[in-house]
Amino acid sequence: MRDPDPFVPRLFRVEEARRENADTTTLGLVPSHGEIPSFLPGQFFMLYAFGVAEIPVSVSGLSGTGRLLHTIRAVGAGSRALCRLRPGDFLGARGPYGSAWPLDRAEGDDLLLIAGGLGAAPIRSALLRALAERERYGRVVFLYGARGPTELLFRPELEGWQRRPDLEVQVTVDHAPPSWRGSVGVVPERIGHARFSPAHTTAFVCGPEVMMRFTASALLAAGVSSERIFLSMERNMKCALALCGRCQFGPAFVCREGPIFRYDRIARLLFLREI
Amino acid sequence: MSDPKIALAGHRFFSGIDPAIVETLAECAREVSFAAGEYLVREGEPADRFFLLEYGTVALELHRPGRDPLVLETIHEGEVVGTSWVVPPYRWSADARALDLVRAIAIDVRCLRGKSDSDPKLGYELLKRFLPLFVQRLEAVRLQLLDVYGKSPD
Ligand SMILES: Cc1cc2nc3c(=O)[nH]c(=O)nc-3n(C[C@H](O)[C@H](O)[C@H](O)COP(=O)(O)OP(=O)(O)OC[C@H]3O[C@@H](n4cnc5c(N)ncnc54)[C@H](O)[C@@H]3O)c2cc1C
Ligand code: FES
Repeated sequence: MRDPDPFVPRLFRVEEARRENADTTTLGLVPSHGEIPSFLPGQFFMLYAFGVAEIPVSVSGLSGTGRLLHTIRAVGAGSRALCRLRPGDFLGARGPYGSAWPLDRAEGDDLLLIAGGLGAAPIRSALLRALAERERYGRVVFLYGARGPTELLFRPELEGWQRRPDLEVQVTVDHAPPSWRGSVGVVPERIGHARFSPAHTTAFVCGPEVMMRFTASALLAAGVSSERIFLSMERNMKCALALCGRCQFGPAFVCREGPIFRYDRIARLLFLREI
Repeated sequence: MSDPKIALAGHRFFSGIDPAIVETLAECAREVSFAAGEYLVREGEPADRFFLLEYGTVALELHRPGRDPLVLETIHEGEVVGTSWVVPPYRWSADARALDLVRAIAIDVRCLRGKSDSDPKLGYELLKRFLPLFVQRLEAVRLQLLDVYGKSPD
């Protein structure tokens, strides 16, 4: 028997489509045949909106009923078509691909999970895993920045997390109306206010690249080692199989060595132009 | 009211400061509190104080005619409200509103100026503490300006 063609997506059915904010939707998917593929937090799938486009999207978690969750922001043709899908619709998916958040390596450390904007999607899957195995870590801190209060993702869940005694949650927004009771300011500024022991901290960061650069600098300034900072990088992709070179990032392919990289291994590239 | 010397020495903004300087600062300090919704300062008024927050959150707001004010930044326990006193024209550049009950140490700047004119060590210490605050806020404003979470990061 021949191996299945790695470019051929599996058929998945949309079982839920939850609107997170004005332009972002979480889809709950199940395969039309067979098991849900196992994945590690931080990995991504190539999601195919039939006849439109195939795009990389991180797994944002697994629902209580075993649906594979993807949180998608409508920015262009592919993502818009995926956000328009409704329960009962189908899409194609192949994966999972890429590197994962090194949760095992972080065992025994304080865990600092830092998300900006849509970065909350891949961070969420790491957070859920860490909460499920809470005893493996010291303090667990979730720092989350968004543009404004109405743009926050996973809002009902966020409130639940904020009530947990074993998790410190800090949410901050760039701009807010006076009715907002929370913090206004940028994520790197909040790092100094979180409780963690820098020498024993592993940090996972996901967000726009500029935000990640500033955040990594603030983490280093706070005393976190560059070998314990991990960033999730985004590059356009086509094959996701390390064949086409579309996602090249210096000597690495983001679809294979990434998307999650150790900061000290990519710091130089982050400051290079034209990469 | 508790002793401002103890409160000052224990405040994060002045951590590690020379006790002799704390003595001097304490002569210009008093403990204050504000109920939720009260203003600590108003834009345009003379910047004759700064506040070391001990408890609560303060929003720095910009008043906009005919629209809701815009919250520029929130300031939390362990941080400082008020940098306008450092540079001319020594007037507040935003409103500062207590979001909840706020307790703080207020430092009278006129009192402090007199003392730092005659004690350069005090002036230098204050500069060393306030300068990083300016740089940090400038970087934060740049990041906010970039609107990194907008649709076109490029
Ligand atoms: C490993 C990885 C994981 C990802 N995870 C997610 C995820 O969980 N959720 C999600 O929504 N997206 C995620 N993305 C980004 C997503 O793949 C892109 O938004 C998508 O490819 C855009 O395709 P499109 O056809 O919708 O838009 P295109 O037509 O390709 O682009 C339309 C416009 O959107 C802009 N654009 C493209 N990508 C982005 C972006 N990332 N952010 C803002 N603007 C962009 C382009 O500059 C262009 O102006 C991930 C990307 C990678 C590489
Ligand atoms: S997407 Fe083709 S090499 Fe990575």
